[in-house]
Amino acid sequence: MTKAAPNAAATEGAASSPAAPILSVRQVIKRFGQRPVLRGISLEVASGEFLTILGESGSGKTTLLRLIAGFEDVDSGEIWMRAERLDRIPAHRRQVNTVFQSYAIFPHLSVFENVAYGLRAKNTAKSEIPERVRQALAMVKMGEFAQAAPAKLSGGQQQRVALARALVNRPRVLLLDEPLSALDANLRRQMQVELKSLQREVGITFIFVTHDQEEAMALSDRVALLRAGLLEQVAPPRQIYGEPETAYAAQFIGQTNLLRADVKDGIASSGSIVWHTSGASGMATYSLRPECIRLSSESAGLPFADAATARFRGRVRNQAFGGAMDLIEIACGGPQIIRARIANPGILTGEREFEFTASHAVRVREGEPG
Amino acid sequence: MYSRAYKAGVTIPPLLWVTVFLLLPYAILFCYSFWSVSPAQVIVHNWNLQNYLQLARNPIYAQVLLRSMRIAASVTVFALLLGYPLAYYLSFHAAKRKDLLYQLVIIPLWASYLVRGYAWKTILGSDGVLNGFLQFLHITHKPVEFFLYSPFAVIITLTHIYTPFTLLPIYASLEHIPRNLVEASHDLGSSPWATFRRVILPLSLPGVLAGATFAFVLTLGDFLAPLLVGGPSGIMISNVVVSLFGAAYNWPLGAAISFCMMLLVVTLLFITERLEKRLAVS
Repeated sequence: MTKAAPNAAATEGAASSPAAPILSVRQVIKRFGQRPVLRGISLEVASGEFLTILGESGSGKTTLLRLIAGFEDVDSGEIWMRAERLDRIPAHRRQVNTVFQSYAIFPHLSVFENVAYGLRAKNTAKSEIPERVRQALAMVKMGEFAQAAPAKLSGGQQQRVALARALVNRPRVLLLDEPLSALDANLRRQMQVELKSLQREVGITFIFVTHDQEEAMALSDRVALLRAGLLEQVAPPRQIYGEPETAYAAQFIGQTNLLRADVKDGIASSGSIVWHTSGASGMATYSLRPECIRLSSESAGLPFADAATARFRGRVRNQAFGGAMDLIEIACGGPQIIRARIANPGILTGEREFEFTASHAVRVREGEPG
Repeated sequence: MYSRAYKAGVTIPPLLWVTVFLLLPYAILFCYSFWSVSPAQVIVHNWNLQNYLQLARNPIYAQVLLRSMRIAASVTVFALLLGYPLAYYLSFHAAKRKDLLYQLVIIPLWASYLVRGYAWKTILGSDGVLNGFLQFLHITHKPVEFFLYSPFAVIITLTHIYTPFTLLPIYASLEHIPRNLVEASHDLGSSPWATFRRVILPLSLPGVLAGATFAFVLTLGDFLAPLLVGGPSGIMISNVVVSLFGAAYNWPLGAAISFCMMLLVVTLLFITERLEKRLAVS
């Protein structure tokens, strides 16, 4: 094996670009027949990181995971683990383990033997196996089920066994392919919390695939948003939410209003909504989160209360009670409906005045990826 | 729910069929096995155990039965050795050729048993294809006689005939193995061979057992292949039954052998079914 060539082309934009990546995916392309699934993916994963690959179905997220695991071969590009070229060695010799979407528990083996499977495969000392299996099962709170047959376990329990079976091998990187998608909502939330604390406990790098943006935000150190085989944005959840780079990212992660604005001399106007911006002149798209919109207390200074705040009038078209926050639909003259989330607004009717902090309208790129 | 008339309509005809054409003849057969043939070649209904005692005393019957079981065991082993790798290839590696190959396995089943029997006769005979080929290559200089009319010929012919019956259940059980189990095994560090040994083979055992049972039971009851290619040394137990019901005109003794055979096969099926259930994991 040759040493890793120094990676001159750093991944673009990602704020917390890892210093010493444990895994690096370089310009990976994968086609199934004529259909391109991954169209040039470059991604670095730091040691101990919880990275989520987020995307719609068909975006290629599972394929990317399977390439790292070794179940598929790359068409071009490279995958490195530290100084080892991963994409050239077969799955069974890679120091990664996978938690499968449907668990893939061996039905003919007991829970104990399922967990011991990887240890036996690697010729771990016989005397060491029972203790390590016991520890792994205890870690996922399945200690008392060691002798059970998998068929007798519930989905959540099988999920835990699958996790123990992967972690017992102390992989450098753990791959999780939508592991929670088959669980019901309550169990799912509980498992999310456990998964996160488990990851902190063992300190293993997790690469987690999901289509659920809330799950991605709750769990991850960083989110890699995949769209039609290309990475749309790779950033920590707060950053990707607060400063989405593209309209797609803004819409996929959380709800947003997309404002198409004409920018001239530092002023953006989208219909009757006008605000200060530092962006260059021309047509541009801005993302404004619904919760960034507030009710104005006074009706002075339309459209600017000051340079930092933008105000606009609109007719309340609809108001839906949402517990902590109401969802309010505002018509501002044009065809566009602005959605706002406002805490305790009372019952709103007719024309009202709203405001938002100008810097909360984030300029985003539009259009196809790439 | 279904009406009574519908339920009666679908259940009574087959039940009637089975009773009249299967259970009743077996009962009659069972009765025959306790009767005897008078010196004047008439079947007399004097109930006795003579037929069963004769089977126990005369070693020739046990010998033929033993030979039949040996042949059946050989056919089973060869059918498994041929069928399993092919089924494995079909299920795991054939990809686009899967349908074509599957059809090629099925097609021989459409050809008449007799045609396949005679085909082997022409292949194995002293002026047959095999001998011609060997002489053409100057490996032998005169026809090899023992190819045909031997237990060897019976085993070859029956292996050919019953391998598809062995392959199909194995193929079905391989197809039922979720592919992510194979991936999980690789993922956990098992080489392809270790994965076969520890995941694929154990999970396909119910199919192997079903296929082996097919080959063994069908061979054990076969009488046409020994008739066509077996010769005197290839006689099997069913040939004895056929001759007892025919030329020898000793129906009671034939019935006794038949009944013993049936008991043997039913016991075997009972055991393999229990085993299959234990091996099968939902």
